[in-house]
Order: sequence, then structure tokens, then C-alpha cells
Amino acid sequence: MTIQQLIEQTGWKPVTKDADVTKEINGAYCSDLLSWVMGKGQPDQAWITVQSHINVIAVAVLREFSCVILAEGAHFPENVISRAEDEDLVLIESDLPVFETARKLIELGV
Amino acid sequence: MNKILQKEFHVERDDYANAGMASSQIKSTLKQVGVDPKVMRRIAVAAYEAEINMIIHAWGGVVYLDVTEDGMIHLIFQDNGPGIPDLEKAMTPGWSTASKKARELGFGAGMGLPNIKRVSDEFTIESSPAGTSIFLTFRVEE
Repeated sequence: MTIQQLIEQTGWKPVTKDADVTKEINGAYCSDLLSWVMGKGQPDQAWITVQSHINVIAVAVLREFSCVILAEGAHFPENVISRAEDEDLVLIESDLPVFETARKLIELGV
Repeated sequence: MNKILQKEFHVERDDYANAGMASSQIKSTLKQVGVDPKVMRRIAVAAYEAEINMIIHAWGGVVYLDVTEDGMIHLIFQDNGPGIPDLEKAMTPGWSTASKKARELGFGAGMGLPNIKRVSDEFTIESSPAGTSIFLTFRVEE
């Protein structure tokens, strides 16, 4: 499914304005430890995390993730959103916990 | 061996805001050389981990990137100290000396050096109080 379809079907909020929501999502990876994410994440996955600081963007771009989903109702700071927009990376905020966020993706066939 | 590309990138101590910039520049530089995407992903992982180590553990340093005629990519990460007292421990997955601040940001999982070694075609590390050097080699084609 595409990021756009995920947003429509979950009601989660994309906080980046100009980033490309037509990208495909192929699977997901959940972790808050950046070295695990770098080591185990795969291109085109959605990354589910509770980390919202600036270094998330570099990891997501280098790992070629489709998008980053911030769980638990947390919010990305403005400087992080603007860096993501520069990198054409979609950031999404989910009000569900990590497990429930992942379950939602599974239910939707990601 | 003749070099077809040579660049260097500077990394500053504690510069969390720009962490990953050198790795991004390495990636975009190598895209011009036509590196296999799978190899590129391995290089990105290694470069990011080594760059982060320079920021959170070392007092900054320099990254040297060389591509040689024989289709090999060489990366050298040379930091300004203080060195790693016990390299064997540092190479053990899960072992970390990262600060509380680094850990709160999700660094310091103790997976950095093991990740670098795993994704590289060749890996050498040398350390003294004057600094740590990591020598990595990748083949352009997988």
C-alpha cells in the first residue's frame, strides 16, 4: 500500500507538507535504538518509533525507509519536520502505542 | 593503485544536529560512481555508525573516501582520540560506554562496531589514546 492509502485508512496525521506520499510501504520495523534500526531495517519499510529528534531523519533517509510513524501520541518538533521535508521523507503521527500501531499496519495488509 | 575519486569529510565532536551529514555526502558522492544499490546500503550503515562514534565517543575527526581503479571503495574514519582502551569489549554486541544523553537519543545500543564489521568487505580497527582509525573496504559490485 502507499503512504497516502495508509493515511486515509488510519486517520493518522502526516505532519510533513510537501513530502511524497505516493511511495509504497513494504513492511515495517519497530525499534527506538538507532543502531538496531540501521542494522536491521530494510528499504521501503515504515519505521515505527517513539524517537522524535533530529537524528531520526538521517537514519530514515540513509536506511531508505518509506516513512516514519511516531507512536504514542508523541509529536515531532518543528526543526525535525522541516529537515524531513528537505529530504522528502514523510513523517506520520499515530496516537496508538507501538504495538497497536504495528497491529493496524498488519490489519491493513502491510 | 590509481584513485578515480578522493574526498574527505569533517565530523565535529558532540554535533548531534548534523549527525549523518558526512554519511549522506558519502552516499551522494558514490551515487555518481554507479555503486550497486545493495553495496550502497551497506556503506550507508557502516558510514553512519562510524560517523556517530566520532560524534558521541570521540573528539571529532575526518573521514577519507577513496575509490580506486580496481573497483574498490576505501573509507577511513580517523578520530582525534581519546581511543578505545579495550577493543575486544568494544567489538562485543551490546557493550557500550555511551553517555546518558546519547542513550536517551537512542544511541549507545552497543551495536555500532559489530554492525560496521558485519556489513564491510574488509574491516580493520586500530586505537591508541591519540585516536582510533577504522579502515573499511567495499567492492563496487556485490
